[in-house]
Amino acid sequence: MKPQPIALKVLNVFSILIFMCALCFVFLYAPLEVTMNYVQKIFYFHIATGWVGMLGFLAAAAAGVIYLVKHDQKWDIIELAAVEISLVFFFITIVAGSIWARPTWGAYWTWEPRLTTAAILEMVYIAYLLLRQGIDDPDRRARFSAVYTLIGAISVPITFMSIRLFRTIHPVVIGMNSSATTGSFDMTSKMLVTMFFALFTFSIIFVNLFWHRIRLGQLAQQVEELKLKELQ
Amino acid sequence: MLNEVVSKNYMIAGYVVILSVLALYLVSIIIRWRNLSRDLRTINELQNKTRQ
Repeated sequence: MKPQPIALKVLNVFSILIFMCALCFVFLYAPLEVTMNYVQKIFYFHIATGWVGMLGFLAAAAAGVIYLVKHDQKWDIIELAAVEISLVFFFITIVAGSIWARPTWGAYWTWEPRLTTAAILEMVYIAYLLLRQGIDDPDRRARFSAVYTLIGAISVPITFMSIRLFRTIHPVVIGMNSSATTGSFDMTSKMLVTMFFALFTFSIIFVNLFWHRIRLGQLAQQVEELKLKELQ
Repeated sequence: MLNEVVSKNYMIAGYVVILSVLALYLVSIIIRWRNLSRDLRTINELQNKTRQ
């Protein structure tokens, strides 16, 4: 396997530095929110990981479409990489959100539309990974996965729009809040800057991890092909 | 307004979870990479032995 390209090494260093900067923005630059106090600071990474995670699931669906058109295994590797990293990011979103919810709503979890759709979204893609394990033939597995990510992607806009379409207690960060919302707050310009910086940071981290995960997928494919050759 | 100490504790818990999950995922990528590299080396050695 080829060693890491210089661009990837540069991206590794840049990701670490920008992540440190994002932490400084959150803890040193962004002001304390009056009502929620310190716990509101969870929100910056909660939003960023959620946003990037959702985009990753959509990217996986796009890779699935390209696989179905081109029948090239490299698109299956890209699709799997996008799903896996998005699952990790979305898991962070859900858990960090629950920790924020405990002092704000008085409960870690409540079956309201956003939390329910987010949980379904996460489970849809966990099932994707489990079902992939059950198919040995690489072409069949890739075809199945491509169709699955296409259907699974439907849950992304549903999750995103749930707080805008249904009556919910989850705050809408950008746009109008429902009257039932608990824990919403007006963002100052410093809070907005921090939020967008966190979004940018997690986008860079996503690209970095994505690149590493694709390389891992290529190595796994190489090993799988060699093993099959040995068996024949 | 939330109690400052309680609020700070939840914030720390949140960031501990965020950093831990990211770190665990990074470690999982490194471990999988090492295992696959070892597999690749073993297969190549086996192939070389068969050829000889």
